[in-house]
Amino acid sequence: MELIEKVLKGETRAIAKAITLVENNHPDKEKFIDSIYSECGKAVVWGITGPPGAGKSTLVDKLIEQERKNGKKVAIIAVDPSSPFSGGAVLGDRLRMQSHATDPNVFIRSMASRGHLGGVAGATTDAVRVLDAAGFDLIIIESIGVGQTEIEIIEVADIVLLVLVPGMGDEIQAMKAGVMEIGDIYVLNKKDHDGIDKLEAEVKYMLSLKRHDEPENPVVLTSAVENDGIVELTKTIEDYYSRLKNSDMLQNKRKKRIKEEIQQILSSKIMIEINHYLETDKNLNKWAEKLINGEISPYSFFNDKIKNFLKES
Amino acid sequence: MDKKVRVLIAKPGLDGHDRGAKYVARALKDEGYEVIYTGLRQTPDSIVATAVQEDVQFVGLSLLSGAHKELFPKIVDKLRENDAADIHVFGGGVIPERDIPFLKEHGVEAVFTPGTPIKDVVEFIESVKL
Repeated sequence: MELIEKVLKGETRAIAKAITLVENNHPDKEKFIDSIYSECGKAVVWGITGPPGAGKSTLVDKLIEQERKNGKKVAIIAVDPSSPFSGGAVLGDRLRMQSHATDPNVFIRSMASRGHLGGVAGATTDAVRVLDAAGFDLIIIESIGVGQTEIEIIEVADIVLLVLVPGMGDEIQAMKAGVMEIGDIYVLNKKDHDGIDKLEAEVKYMLSLKRHDEPENPVVLTSAVENDGIVELTKTIEDYYSRLKNSDMLQNKRKKRIKEEIQQILSSKIMIEINHYLETDKNLNKWAEKLINGEISPYSFFNDKIKNFLKES
Repeated sequence: MDKKVRVLIAKPGLDGHDRGAKYVARALKDEGYEVIYTGLRQTPDSIVATAVQEDVQFVGLSLLSGAHKELFPKIVDKLRENDAADIHVFGGGVIPERDIPFLKEHGVEAVFTPGTPIKDVVEFIESVKL
């Protein structure tokens, strides 16, 4: 494929087309990803997550600026939700990053979640591979504005920055399971707002309750609009990354992610095979009627079907 | 395969009125399109770079300042220069009827003036999308 060579050369139009290909689940997707796979694994991937309105896009804008000063080629994937009603989306994250639009060493791509739950788009992992193979040093993924359980960013990023702001609720919120547990680095943004001291105390208290065999999580205060605290934040990320890299933690993280992905690939492939064999689309209505009328029982009926599938394949 | 139509809604130049652009962005979302919105005061270069990076099939330009004869053709030209002549350009805003033939000659495929129902925009997109 001509597209592969162009992506590996870092041509912008080709990179954009390749992301569309993985995003649309094009028939050539698998072949494409397999052919660039050996070129992947060089980029560092940061994930930015946090509730809506925490200032994630503005923070990303400033992080791009800082990392460009450090000489890095930077790519951004900014995820926004698709409408559950129309399937459409308004993708507005890059509005805050437009000062970098014409920088040839910055590539920004908005992605709609397209029904995928978990805070990122289903094609995020493969989109990261495209950007990685195209030669970007740093890839930043901005998740949709998350609630308490959208934690899939940890499956695509080496380092997760959890962005929090003052005034989000009392300390009980901070002790809850889920999104509050996934940060590698805790960014307390809008540090000029009331309640920042309380937030800092609560987050630090929560982190002090963590098990001691886990790496310590830095807490950094920023005001992204004022470009305040950004240099400190990038230094903190760099130090944290070195610590991960110099121990086996980075390898372990990446291995864990790959394991998750293998399981996902396997289950979706098996699903397709089984549905094809059982002609699920065609039979679904018939099965439902049989179940409703009590002609079959749910588990034994399908256990038999799957046994037959395994025998015949 | 699940293909989606992606549309960039952009405001070139110095005009600060974005109600129309935001309305179109939301309405196209409700029609099931993925709309990228980049905010006010974009240069032709940043609009073209955004269209390429986002791999949109359509760029919708909104302008109420009167500079459409200058800016719209410039954006069409720059898309061509950037190997992106296949991206369709349409425009809207306060645009006198007499300027529309000029804009069409210069690669702006459709022009929607104030009061146009959104279904006209949708019909245009549906008639040219691949």
